Amino acid sequence: MDSAIVCHQVRKYFWEEQEADPGACWLKRLRPGKRLTKAVDDVSLEVKRGEIFGLLGSNGSGKSTLIRLMATLLLPDSGYVSVLGQDVVKNRLAVRRMINRVSVDAAFFKKLSAYENLMYAARLYDVNPRQAKIDAEAILKRLGFPRNKIYASMENLSRGMQQKVAVARALLTSPMVLLLDEPTTGLDPKSKRDVQDFVLEVQAEHDTTIILTTHDMAEAERLCQRIAIIDGGRVEDIDTAEGLKNKVGGPSTTMEEVFFALTGRDWSKEAEDHEAD
Amino acid sequence: MKLTRELRASMAFAQRQYNLIKRYWSWEVVFLFYSIINTLTIGLIGVQAGENSGELILYLVVGALLWGFLSVVFHEVGESVSWERWEGTIEYTFMAPIHRLTHLGGMCLYAIGYGAIRTIIVLIAVALFFDLSLTGANLLTGLAVLVVSSLSFIGMGLMAAVLPLLSPEKGSQATHIIQGFILLISGVYYEIEALPAWMQPLSRFSPATYTLRAARAALLDGASISQLAPELLRLALIGILLIPLGLFIFSLGERYAMRTGKLKRNG
Ligand SMILES: Nc1ncnc2c1ncn2[C@@H]1O[C@H](COP(=O)(O)OP(=O)(O)O)[C@@H](O)[C@H]1O
Ligand SMILES: [Mg+2]
Repeated sequence: MDSAIVCHQVRKYFWEEQEADPGACWLKRLRPGKRLTKAVDDVSLEVKRGEIFGLLGSNGSGKSTLIRLMATLLLPDSGYVSVLGQDVVKNRLAVRRMINRVSVDAAFFKKLSAYENLMYAARLYDVNPRQAKIDAEAILKRLGFPRNKIYASMENLSRGMQQKVAVARALLTSPMVLLLDEPTTGLDPKSKRDVQDFVLEVQAEHDTTIILTTHDMAEAERLCQRIAIIDGGRVEDIDTAEGLKNKVGGPSTTMEEVFFALTGRDWSKEAEDHEAD
Repeated sequence: MKLTRELRASMAFAQRQYNLIKRYWSWEVVFLFYSIINTLTIGLIGVQAGENSGELILYLVVGALLWGFLSVVFHEVGESVSWERWEGTIEYTFMAPIHRLTHLGGMCLYAIGYGAIRTIIVLIAVALFFDLSLTGANLLTGLAVLVVSSLSFIGMGLMAAVLPLLSPEKGSQATHIIQGFILLISGVYYEIEALPAWMQPLSRFSPATYTLRAARAALLDGASISQLAPELLRLALIGILLIPLGLFIFSLGERYAMRTGKLKRNG
């Protein structure tokens, strides 16, 4: 078995409550309408073991939903997702033992210190606290995290530092599959570089399979062996950066042009939207 | 399920909450202060009764103490989901490779320990203030009532905890409404007979009714464990039914949240 992750015709739709029109009659306001969002729509892909696999798409294209399906946080409406041969629906616990995730938001107990947050995670994953402390310090050091900040409460850390703690939390549990959901979005250039370098290091040293979502073209090109372009919940194409460029134009084509050709979306405009988030 | 492994993991929750208390210790002092004042003011109502004031004070204080304990347990368990959703950590806790029983069991054990410590501190303060005579009380029976009734409150807490999973917007509010309703119908500060006739039958559905009755029998009338055996048995039975039911309902709620994307959606 050389596939780390298999998605087969996966679908995930959401019904979203719509804000009622304040001008509508009161009966309509009591029962606001619902709108269907096809967050992930018939996605099939395979991620090889030890690969860094990129999911490149604009805001709302379904990247996080796909990651959550792999992370056993959402149930697929239809289709099949497996992680290292284990079905994410039927063998949830087995999958959970093998994965960890870094999300774009810093999901921490903000009043607790980085150290306390990391020890909480270590206990949940049955990592020996003493070992966890040693590992956490080593990981944070490599990420360029200031040592004296490890006991400061999370709310006093910058976004870049928080994200480094999030990476440490995921790595601490030695996952075989690492799900990185926009790990560098909103980081300063230095922190971004630190995290990217570390991702490459992890792959080289640990044979970890990594799924990375991003809307940063350069990041996808730098880190990922293969890239899936995703738009409106659908995978438009999967290939190496080279391969995608060759299909669209030639080696001199930019990733922006590839993205435009495959999705019809103008990247410079999308990027502006992201900045506004 | 490897038991020692799961037990170790359940400690994560106690440790986490302990760390939070350390960080917020000044608030802990304030909460404790208010719990003591609240119990005292309720006890003082009994002072006005004249002749029988000693008994009435104890009657009221038992109500206030038990309600304090039960609402801490109910609140800690029932609010754990909505609090983690607010902190943004809920997905990380839910995707940890542990059984849901370990997760919720850890929260419950913490809640009981925390509630018990607070109750004991308030009890000591109140006993000093009123110079309460507990000579006629059977403290051992009182403790047994507390332990046995914790079970049913854990069960109810689990059912309440599911509400924020079903509705991120209104689940937490519903939890509070339920708590208020239990306060009304369980005879915390008065006999059930004081309620309007149509409301009295409802009190039978609240485990707190039996807890309070048994606790008062123990502390006011000095009832022994064997005398209260039927009551204790009934409370244990309710707990033994409510906990698996609570877990089952919680797992249904979790499935619903995973299907509809209610766990968390940002990012
Ligand atoms: N839990 C949810 N409930 C309702 N709608 C959701 C939920 N999660 C995502 N969506 C919707 O699904 C679409 C895809 O979202 P997402 O997967 O977060 O995209 P991305 O991560 O690429 O920005 C968006 O339209 C979003 O609003
Ligand atoms: Mg996203």
